Formats: sequence, C-alpha cells, structure tokens
Amino acid sequence: MMKENSGKIVGVNGNMLTVAFDGAISQNEVGYACLGDLRLMCEVVRIRGRLADMQVFEDTTDLGIGDPVEFTGEMLSAELGPGLLTQVYDGLQNPLPRLAEKCGFFLQRGVYLDALPRDLQWAFTPNAKPGDRVVAGDMLGSVPEGIFKHRIMVPFLFDGVYTVESVVKAGPYKVEDTIAKLKDERGNVRDVMLMQRWPVKMPIRAYAERLRPTEPMVTSLRSVDTFFPVAKGGTYCIPGPFGAGKTVIQQLTSRNADVDIVIIAACGERAGEVVETLREFPELTDPRTGKSLMERTVIICNTSSMPVAAREASVYTGITLAGYYRQMGLNVLLMADSTSRWAQALRETSGRLEEIPGEEAFPAYLESVIAAFYERGGIVRLNDGSIGSVTIGGTVSPAGGNFDEPVTQATLKVVGAFHGLSRARSDARRYPAIDPLESWSKYTSVVDAKDVEFARAALKRGTEIGQMMKVVGEEGTAMEDFLYYLKSEYLDAAYLQQDAFDEMDSSTSGDRQKYVFAVTAQILRAPMDFKEKDAARHFFHQLAQIHKDWNRVEMHDEQFKTLEGKLRAMVAEVTKNA
Amino acid sequence: MHKLYHRVEKIAGNVITLHAEGVKYRELAEVTSRTGTSLAQVIRLHNNEVSLQVFAGGRGVATDAQVRFLAHPMQIPFSDALLGRVFTGAGIPRDKGPQLHGGEVNIGGPSVNPAKRIVPRNMVRTGIPMIDIFNTLVESQKLPIFARAGEPYNALLARIALQAEVDIIILGSMGLKHDDYLYFRDTLEESGALSRSVMFVHTAADPIVECLLVPDVSLAVAEQFALQGKRVLVLLTDMTNFADAMKEIAITMEQIPSNRGYPGDLYSQLASRYEKAVDFDSAGSITILAATTMPGDDVTHPVPDNTGYITEGQFYLRGGRIEPFGSLSRLKQQVNGRTRKDHRTIMDTMIKLFAGYRETMEKQTMGFRMSTWDKKLLKYGARFEKEMMDLSVNIPLEQALDLGWQILADCFEPIETGINSATLEQFWPKTASSETAH
Repeated sequence: MMKENSGKIVGVNGNMLTVAFDGAISQNEVGYACLGDLRLMCEVVRIRGRLADMQVFEDTTDLGIGDPVEFTGEMLSAELGPGLLTQVYDGLQNPLPRLAEKCGFFLQRGVYLDALPRDLQWAFTPNAKPGDRVVAGDMLGSVPEGIFKHRIMVPFLFDGVYTVESVVKAGPYKVEDTIAKLKDERGNVRDVMLMQRWPVKMPIRAYAERLRPTEPMVTSLRSVDTFFPVAKGGTYCIPGPFGAGKTVIQQLTSRNADVDIVIIAACGERAGEVVETLREFPELTDPRTGKSLMERTVIICNTSSMPVAAREASVYTGITLAGYYRQMGLNVLLMADSTSRWAQALRETSGRLEEIPGEEAFPAYLESVIAAFYERGGIVRLNDGSIGSVTIGGTVSPAGGNFDEPVTQATLKVVGAFHGLSRARSDARRYPAIDPLESWSKYTSVVDAKDVEFARAALKRGTEIGQMMKVVGEEGTAMEDFLYYLKSEYLDAAYLQQDAFDEMDSSTSGDRQKYVFAVTAQILRAPMDFKEKDAARHFFHQLAQIHKDWNRVEMHDEQFKTLEGKLRAMVAEVTKNA
Repeated sequence: MHKLYHRVEKIAGNVITLHAEGVKYRELAEVTSRTGTSLAQVIRLHNNEVSLQVFAGGRGVATDAQVRFLAHPMQIPFSDALLGRVFTGAGIPRDKGPQLHGGEVNIGGPSVNPAKRIVPRNMVRTGIPMIDIFNTLVESQKLPIFARAGEPYNALLARIALQAEVDIIILGSMGLKHDDYLYFRDTLEESGALSRSVMFVHTAADPIVECLLVPDVSLAVAEQFALQGKRVLVLLTDMTNFADAMKEIAITMEQIPSNRGYPGDLYSQLASRYEKAVDFDSAGSITILAATTMPGDDVTHPVPDNTGYITEGQFYLRGGRIEPFGSLSRLKQQVNGRTRKDHRTIMDTMIKLFAGYRETMEKQTMGFRMSTWDKKLLKYGARFEKEMMDLSVNIPLEQALDLGWQILADCFEPIETGINSATLEQFWPKTASSETAH
C-alpha cells in the first residue's frame, strides 16, 4: 500500500502555493489543497529542497498557512475511452453540462466530475485472443462510438511485451469493467479496462513510425487549400490582430475540414464564441456522414475568465485526446484558439515563480514548450499498419497585431504553414483576411503548382502597381500595368475572398477548387485588349460579379455550366488575337 | 476570533507587511492608525508574513497601526436598497445615506459555466444611428469605447445609459474627474434614472487601491440583479485607469513587468471582469460598456490591445463621432437580420459608399481632378457625416433607416448603389427630398 503523502502550505501568492513536504514527490505531480471539505486541484511546478511550488487550478481565496495538501503520486492525466466524442470539457476534463446540472450557473471550485460517463454500456467485440503477444497501443477489441469503431487498446502506459491471458466475451461493458488480463515478461498479470489514463503533458508514442505529411487536408477555404495548403498530420498557425477574423476561420475549418474528428481547444478566449459552437454544432449536419457535426467533435473550453493554470492544461488535454484517436487510425484535427493565451498562462506562472524573464517577460523556455507542443502533431503508421494523423492549427493573438513578438516568432519556426491575417484586408472587408503576399506553406496544394506560382506572381505584381497608382494616379499608369492591377483585383475578389455566411460559397471542395482555379488561371493568362481604362475596369467588375455568382451555385447545377460559359465568352470577346 | 496585531514590519507604497497567524488568502482586515481606519486585503502569504494592500493607501500608516483581521474576503451588501445610492470602490457610502448591511455577497466570484450561457439575441436600442444601424449593440455584449483623452466618451456613455431599454444601470468609475462624476450624477437624476441606478465612484483624488475594487464590486452587484432576472447595463469608465492601478500595485509587489510596465496577467485580469457580461439561460443579463482611453491615440497600447482581444467589438470615438471604420460589433449579425428587411442592405451600402467618399477626399487633397462620381460622393459624405454620424442625432432605428434611403436617393441613381433590384423596388424613395430640388 502506498503511504499517504501530504504537505502543508507555507506561502500563497495568487494561484501559486509554496508547500512544505516530507515524503517523495515528483515534478508535475498532482495534489489537492484542502480547504475544509473543498479539495482544490494543484500541480507541482518546481521543487526546491523540502519546498514545492504548486500552481492551483482554481481560485485560492481563503487558503491559509498550515492548510494541508495531499499528493496523489500521479501526473495530471486525461481519461481516454469511449464516450469522449460530443463532450464539452473544461481544461481539466470536467464535463461542463453535467457540472451545470450539479452546480448551476457558476463554476464552483473544487468540484470534479468523471470525464467519461461511468454508467453507459458499450458493445465490446474482442479482437485479441489468449496467447497473443501485444505491446502498448495494440488493439484488444473495439466498441462502436457513433460512426467510429473505437479501438480498445493495450494501455499506452504498459511498458514492454505482454501476453494476453484472457479477453472477455463480446457484450455490453462499462468503461471501468475489466475486459482483458495481460501478463508481462516477469509473470505479473495486469487488468485492462475499457478506459485508460494518460498524463497529458507527455506525447503518446505507441505507434511504429512517423511519416512525412503529404496528403492535403482540405479545409474548403480557397485561399488556404489553393495557396497555403495544410497537410494531414501537418501544423499551421493563424496569427492576426483582433477583429481580423481568426475565429470565423477556425469555426469554418472545424465545420468543413475533411478529417474524421475535430477537437476544439478554446483556450483563454471569449465564452460567447464557445457558446455559439456549443449551440450550433448539434444542429448542423456533417456533409460527409449526414449525422450531427457534434458527433465528430470534442470541445475543450477554458475561457478567458477561468483560472489560468487550467488554461495551460487545456491545450495539453486537447492534444492528448487528439493523440488517442490517432491511435485508432483516424485523422484528427486539433484547433487551438489561442496559443497566445496559453503562452500568457506560462508567463503568469513563470512570473509568480520569479524566474528570470526572457523577451516581453515570457519565460526563456517558451520556444521549446511551443515546439514540443506542435511536434505532438504528425502522421503516423501504427503497429498494425494503418495510418492516423493529428493536424494542429493554432491561432496566435500577437500584441498590437505585430508578428514580430515572441509567441508568433517561436510558432513560425515549428509550423509547416503560416496564414497571416492582415488588418488592412479585414478593414477592407476582404475576408478571409489571409494576407496572400505574407503567408506561406510548405505543403502541397490541391491545385496545379504552376498555376499557383503564376497566380501568386500576378498578385504580387498587381499589388505593387496598385501601390504605385496611389502616387501617380490612374492617368499615369500604362494600360498593360493597369490590366495587371485589374487582374489581381479580380483574382482577389472572385477567388481569394469567400463569403463565410453563404452556404455554398463558404465551403469549396478540393475538386471544385481544381476546376475553378484552372479556369481562373486561364483568365489571368489571357492577353487582353482594351481601348480605355474605364472599359477595362467595367469589364473586370462585371467578370468578378459573375464569378462570384458562379461561386454561389452548386457545382452539378445547370447554372454552373451556364455561368462558366458566360465567363468564357466574356473573356474570349476581349482576348487579343495574337 | 478577531486577533489584533500592533506591529507593521514593512510599508511600501500601499502595501504593508506584518507577522500574523491563521490568516487566509484575500482575507480583509481593518488597519487603524492615528490618521484613520481603512480596510485592507491580503495579497500574499509567506510563512507567517502577511502582505496587505491598504484601500486608503499607505500614507500615514504607522508601524504601530492596529490590524484586525475580519475572517472574510471583500464583500458587498446586496439589496434593492443599493438603488439610487453612490458608494466608493470599498462600498462605503459617498452620498449622505446610511451604511448598508445584510445580504453580503463576495466580489470577484467564480465565472459562469459556458453551458449555462445562451447565444445573445436581443438588440439594445440607443437612438444613435451609428450604433443602431451600423454596429448594433446587443444585450449581454461587452464593448469598449476606444477614445483619446478629451473625447466625449463619458457623455456618450451617459446617453446610451439613459436611452437604452434596461432595468438597472450600474456605473463603475475609476479615476474619474470629480466634475465628470457630478455630470453623471446630475444627468441620471434629471432624467429620473437615478432610482434604478447604483454608482460606485472612484475619482482621481481617491486612493488607488479602491480603484482596483470598482469593477469587481460593480459586477458583483450587477450579477445579483441579473440572477433576479433583471437586464443590467454596467458602465465602466475608464478601464485604462484600472489597468494603471494594477500596474502600480504590481510594481510595488516587485512583480516582473511584461509590456510597458503592465503586469503579465493584464489580459487575464481584464478578461475576468469583461467576461462577467452574460445572458443567463432563464434569468437576466449583464451588458458592459467600458470607456478605454488610448494613451497617444495608439490602439496597440497594451490596454486597448488586450481589451480588443477580449471584448465583442469596439467603438472608436474620434473627433466627437463614432468612427465607422474600425468600429465593430461582433454580435450585430445575431440581431440585425431580424430588425427590418433593409437593415443589412443600408448598413453595407452606406459604409461602402462612405469608404468611397474617404478615398475621394484623399484624392481631393492630393489635387486630382474630381469626376462626376467624385462629386456625388463628396455630397453624400457630407450628408452622412452631418445626419448620421453626428452624436446629436437621436432617432429610432426605423427612422434612421428611412433617412438612409433618403440620403442615398438624394445623392445617387439607384443603379450606382449596387443594391439588388428587388430591394430597390421595395425601398427606394419615389421622391427626392426638398434639399435636392434646386
């Protein structure tokens, strides 16, 4: 039996406790500060001699010197098992709706509920048989969870090779029921339940090898998939000033991305936005499955007013759940909004520990922590040969919208794509406000690479001419340059800009992008002839207008062909005969 | 057990430190010196060393001051008797009325469970076209007014408070000029709104620690009214002073500053206040309007910058008018589809054309020739500024929309507005107003 290990509070500073202890404790171990009947969860963040600094995941009001702290011997862990999907958790994996049933309007401190419902039964089908040799992550059986086959695996914490002693028969089981017994090489037998626990700050590595991300993850945002694509198992970041539309991009992506499971980690952002997702997702249908979008979604919600230490934990809880579903051969997308708030949580903790600060008072280890987080994404080949991936998309909220700050810079070093949002574009209501000249991606586009290169060059040239025109006026611009400018404006208006509130325009499939972009590139390449600038401007306005209508009709609709024909005819009319 | 302590070990700024036993974090204490008695709150415990911030300030606190711990954190007595009254940030009456007792609630309570919030759905009518048409205010919204010092943001707040259809108005003022406090009081009184208002006033002359308490006290009271099913509007002015007060205490406590001297938790501190704005599932709501002055008119200054990331939009007040560009109500989409059919059309069209006007103005200053179109825009822009943007305009939304159509019809041909034919057919005024007759 483990001896009960406890300590006493000797200091309180904000959410940071200093605790004197006698027994053995470990870094990142979880403890509970006792305040009468209340037990407040906290985590060891530094040990010096017989004193441990512990950050409390709750409000510390009323804690006093001498109050006891109980150590658990475990690191902060997440519960993994069937029943995670559709849930809405706080950063410590407390289910918020059930918390509301229990506590009412407010989040009472010291109330912790089971993350997975204990009384639900799952139809287990065994897959392993006695005598099988298994390692962590190998499948012992499965249960259906919504539309997915939820693998029940050898717990990831099991080290070494095990022999299956017994597996239960097919039938209904609860998450805490034992479904198998495994024997290790020294002959110790261990029980396996439907659920397992995993320390959130450690990456799950129960797979065969990591692969290079190559297949695109289609978000159905044209400027992303065509110009700045994201790959399955890749990482990307969206920095932008406030009001530039980060949240709308995140919401659209979480709705439309072609992945199996979406995990939304709302980290230190507005509660109102989470509420919108909470209330809307159950109503929306997933176009791929016809089921409610919520059935493929988990929301981790630690809004800005919730305790800051739990905000740090929420990002890790999110990536742990993502890693768990990856082990089932699924493609998972983790959206973290916003990683700046997470970094600020680190900064607050670091400040209370009186560590020597780095740039803008962020801790010196900020970069390595951010890098380690994004490295938990990736596409992997599992032990059984199937492929699973975790794609990470993080928003960044740089102070003053200036990308030259520590969090943005640390993030840029480790991601594969950068979708920089610009104030100028959002002020001009050009949404999505992804800056087509600043942004970049190292992944493969869904459309033809040569066309993309050409279009990008056209945009660059057009923008330069636009700048120049502000000085010399339209009169001082040559017709040829003026056409460049108009073409780039057309590309922007008709292709890059997308109406988030139009059902059809807000989501463009990969195939449709291929088709439409080929046409657009042809138009960009066509040599044109106009007598007057006004005529040219008028032509392109009309062209963009028709193209926008084209974006709003179903691809298999008769209208689609008609409008395409109209576009082509218009262009043919003004094309120069060489 | 209220043990008395007589020995203060250290006094630095507004923070005193002494040795004491059995003290709880955030507990209140009474500090009595020859110069008077003040409340103080525990802000750090280290072994038996207790640091307290003294609400009335450290000035005049003696090393032999009496310190008596009260065994509870900061509370405010809540009842309907609060209405019509004026208090300091510490909850002490500022008017001549009696001290209130009973129904104490803790300030700075826990945050609302997101599962218990609902998507906001009610418009708050203000009679100001720049708000009602272009950036509709929505019940439970949190919205700051960004302005340079000297802009009439307090007058704007007062006006919105009086015209908005809410049950309770709570004013929390931080570092307010005394004149402005009197202005608020008189305005509320004259309009008869004082009886449904509570004021927590910290003026520039009052101790800085009390400034820190104002938002928490105001919002704690607001929360109680909202739980009773009331629609509450909270006005906070000026949040930059609040942030500066936090900076002052943080530096005194030798915390490492992050950006321009502000503490690293500025975002979290502001957010925990603003996030009190809420529309409760099956109870009332809290709407927060806060003035945030921008030092040097710089929106990237840490206070407006962090605020912008927290709030649901912002109003820029510039030159005494609400600036249409940059101002944003993130929640307007929730309501402006259900007001009148032409609401969004007018909103989009007028702003688009006004952007054209601004461009033309630039061209004009640079000496380019004005085309016919430019001249139309110039005429339109002047009327827009005078009849829509001017803060003295006070008309209901429907009338403002009609006015919008009239201005458009007076300045442009229908086709030039880019409005679709069906809407034009229904709304385009058949007659031009008298002004364009000649």
